[in-house]
Amino acid sequence: MSELIKRTATELAGLLASGETTSVELTRACLDRIAAVDGSLNAFLHVNAEEALAVAAEVDELRAAGKGADLHPLAGVPIAVKDLIVTKGQPTTAGSRMLDGWVSPYDATVVTKLRAAKMPILGKTNLDEFAMGSSSEHSAYGPTRNPWDVERIPGGSGGGSAAAVAAFEAPLALGTDTGGSIRQPGAMTGTVGTKPTYGGVSRYGAIAMASSLDQIGPVTRTVEDSALLQEVIGGHDPADSTSLADPLEGLVDAARHGDVSGLRIGVVKELGGEGYQAGVRERFSESLDLLRDAGAEIVEVSCPNFDYALGAYYLIMPSEASSNLAKFDGVRFGNRVLPDGPTTIERVMGATREAGFGDEVKRRIILGTYALSAGYYDEYYGSAQKVRTLVQRDFEAAFKQVDVLISPTTPTTAFPLGEKLDDPLAMYLNDVATIPANLAGVPGLSLPGGLASEDNLPVGIQLLAPAKQDARLYRVGAVLESKLEEKWGGPLLAQAPDVQPVVDSVVDQGSASVVDQGSASDRAETRAETRMEARAMSHTEATEGSRS
Amino acid sequence: MTTTATTELMTFDDAIAKYDPVLGFEVHVELNTKTKMFSAAPNAFGDDPNTNVTPVCLGLPGVLPVVNKHAVEYSIKIGLALGCTIAESCRFARKNYFYPDTPKNFQTSQYDEPIAYDGAIDIELDDGTVFTVEIERAHMEEDAGKLTHMGGTTGRIQGAEYSLVDYNRSGVPLVEIVTKPVEGVGDRAPELAKAYVTAIREIVKNLDVSDARMERGNVRCDANVSLRPVGQEKFGTRSETKNVNSLRSVEHAVRFEIQRQAALLDGGGEVVQETRHWHEDTRSTTSGRPKSDADDYRYFPEPDLVPVVTDKDWIEELRSQLPEPPAIRRKRLKADWGYSDEEFRDVVNAGLLDSVEETIAAGASPAVARKWWMGEVSRRAKADDVEPAALGVTSATIIELNELIEAGKINDKLARQTLDGVLAGEGSPSEVVEKRGLAVVSDDSALLEAIDGALAAQPDVADKIRGGKVQAVGAIVGGVMKATKGQADAGRVRELILERLDVQA
Repeated sequence: MSELIKRTATELAGLLASGETTSVELTRACLDRIAAVDGSLNAFLHVNAEEALAVAAEVDELRAAGKGADLHPLAGVPIAVKDLIVTKGQPTTAGSRMLDGWVSPYDATVVTKLRAAKMPILGKTNLDEFAMGSSSEHSAYGPTRNPWDVERIPGGSGGGSAAAVAAFEAPLALGTDTGGSIRQPGAMTGTVGTKPTYGGVSRYGAIAMASSLDQIGPVTRTVEDSALLQEVIGGHDPADSTSLADPLEGLVDAARHGDVSGLRIGVVKELGGEGYQAGVRERFSESLDLLRDAGAEIVEVSCPNFDYALGAYYLIMPSEASSNLAKFDGVRFGNRVLPDGPTTIERVMGATREAGFGDEVKRRIILGTYALSAGYYDEYYGSAQKVRTLVQRDFEAAFKQVDVLISPTTPTTAFPLGEKLDDPLAMYLNDVATIPANLAGVPGLSLPGGLASEDNLPVGIQLLAPAKQDARLYRVGAVLESKLEEKWGGPLLAQAPDVQPVVDSVVDQGSASVVDQGSASDRAETRAETRMEARAMSHTEATEGSRS
Repeated sequence: MTTTATTELMTFDDAIAKYDPVLGFEVHVELNTKTKMFSAAPNAFGDDPNTNVTPVCLGLPGVLPVVNKHAVEYSIKIGLALGCTIAESCRFARKNYFYPDTPKNFQTSQYDEPIAYDGAIDIELDDGTVFTVEIERAHMEEDAGKLTHMGGTTGRIQGAEYSLVDYNRSGVPLVEIVTKPVEGVGDRAPELAKAYVTAIREIVKNLDVSDARMERGNVRCDANVSLRPVGQEKFGTRSETKNVNSLRSVEHAVRFEIQRQAALLDGGGEVVQETRHWHEDTRSTTSGRPKSDADDYRYFPEPDLVPVVTDKDWIEELRSQLPEPPAIRRKRLKADWGYSDEEFRDVVNAGLLDSVEETIAAGASPAVARKWWMGEVSRRAKADDVEPAALGVTSATIIELNELIEAGKINDKLARQTLDGVLAGEGSPSEVVEKRGLAVVSDDSALLEAIDGALAAQPDVADKIRGGKVQAVGAIVGGVMKATKGQADAGRVRELILERLDVQA
């Protein structure tokens, strides 16, 4: 394993600029790592070796020609993209059978920005189908596994991006966060995940789950890398009416000049205590001590309506999702399934959606359809919007008292694969601390807070700031990160075990519930294997091609 | 499928004697913006299927809508022209339903927050009777794609083997204008229906916010009709006849529904609340799908768009740009020109109001303008079965013809021949006169030669004139005109004859 892949994006940018390494060398190292460990992790649904190496070579040529100064600092630093974000020239599946084999004719705005910065795109990462889930088990292409323990979930929906970054397959990745899909996997895998202020990053090209909650953001190993990547992808986009008019600035600067002296940090009373794992609480209070030592004032604040946030979220999110996912009907794109018997349009749409969507997606579509129905709208969707307003007011009141809020990112560390498959409510509860930020549109960042003593698995610490104050997250996050690393004597991921091969018994055990659900899941498993073979081939070809 | 044979109708007069019709209209106007409502795809008619599309109007995964500012501007203009209040802030909603002409399987439309509301327009019928139609709202939405059903005999979905979808129209900006119930129109209901749609069409055309071509579906009318026994206040159950796409059909559809519903009610039956289809060939409606107020479209505010905020200054600026309303303009022009009701209506119906106005503005008298446009241009257009405007005659043509007449260069008969030449593409009136050699013979010596010939040919007439029977000169004039093939100025010829015979006129 090349040591290069363990470097942060910031360090890699420096090594590329000074000529100590090349983008091709770096990109190839990432691809080699993917080839070595992704058979265990299943973080990638598609590996884009050829194009990534071509972009890397182009960056190297430009540097060799003395044009390095014109390049973006992250030019040549590879990145992985969550497979919910559309890319030209690569499939985009959203983790669904519905889009198996579909290739977008256009790039998402964030992808256009990655291309403009000449960052090689390594491939597309696995996720819960249409980002619906907190474990990445709800992917039609098999679960992604946690690099810390391959028998456990990496979080979700962006488990693929988080696992890829945690396992050194990629220094950077993009995720999307609707209720915690960037931050919760960050917590589960010991990585940094940031959900920017709603509108801070264009959503154009991110396949929508819940439009008013979705936000694209960075998945990285350090706070500074996160700031760097957010500056690449952020800014106003005329194609997204909900994007902010002005870019969020000073993020990298804030990450480089971390400072909490005189800052008031609020511990959210409702996001902790009962229901939170002892090891999580332990690491959390340790972080509070470190911040206090660094000069911050720690106070407790109450956000009473956060208790209703999860309920409101599970009405608003499925309502919007039920409408957003209506377009997947087999008429214009994606897979079409013909029913037995007459092929009227309704029957074709029905058969396509029956076969194309997994159980969790169907569950949310049904829930949302019901919540929006005439006669129930006021009671469900309407009430949920009122709670949403109350949550926003809680944030406003809290931010009058403090500069940032802090909480554990999740109540628990990574749970075993299959554990919550039959109990969706238990899975939903894992997002209880991350959801309020989405409802209010405020930014949130999760960074590793150490390992829980009872299971030696990563714990996430979440920081929340007022809307458009993303820089504040980076300023505080950088301090906490450096204090923690000082304590650990290095990054938390240095303590991660080597990625273990998945042994057959583990596969059976881990996906027991999947198998129980019948033949559709079996097909998905088979498909995932076929895809992995194809991926290995394309990687080999690309590698050979670049040698010649 | 025709149902006229099985649909019982009451005569219109009997129906009106027993029942009081209440009308309501939903008129969809396609805006003529350059691009679509929410995407940068061209808004154009008649191109190859599925060429004017972007990922946005195809509803591909990941796309987001962006509101077309011009479409908002056009909608505000329509709202202002209908006397509506313009909302300071309004939102779009999603109307959810599965249909393959709607790529997202929801239509982005305004629901409870229309951009314009509470307006009214006066509708004048042919005999001058005026009804005020109150406008409930005018809201923005997007058009659906176009389905073509193949393999069947009727072109309808029933019996078709498959259907083709063209998304060129998908996302074209629409403004839907919804009236409040129109009451108290009685037997004028069918006329009012036609006059209302005519007025809406004129207004949007006058604003230049729509091409307003009904045959292309730029203006489409859904007509709601219900009957209640005369004297009853409570409305009856309504039917909604969809997509009635010509002015004449609107009138016929309303008349048919009144007759059909009256027969139903009179026979003790009940009107079903439903949509109905209009059939031009049989001039009848047939049952569509049942429609109730409980149709569940699961409306909710469109989360991908921010509210449309209309700035007061912007609205006032748009208001100041509004052209004179067609009804007021007509009143003004009719008074200015001194035309009779019938003369004026003919001009309007021929679609020549603008041409006549231009011609008068360029210096022609109202009588001259009418004579040429109505007497000549419109007559020829009728003969060729085309719109007068399509003939290519301009106000400049008419002015030039008139100047040639007034200068004595041509007479009326020659002027008509000159117009023929213009229509045949031979150039301007002067050029035609030159090319065809149509000018009046104004060379006296040539005329005298012809006069001498005519006098010699009719010596007895010449004697009569010499003897003082001046009125006999007509026969000689006729001879001269014949000899000059009509190209002589008859007045001048008369003078010369009398001079020649030394007779005082």
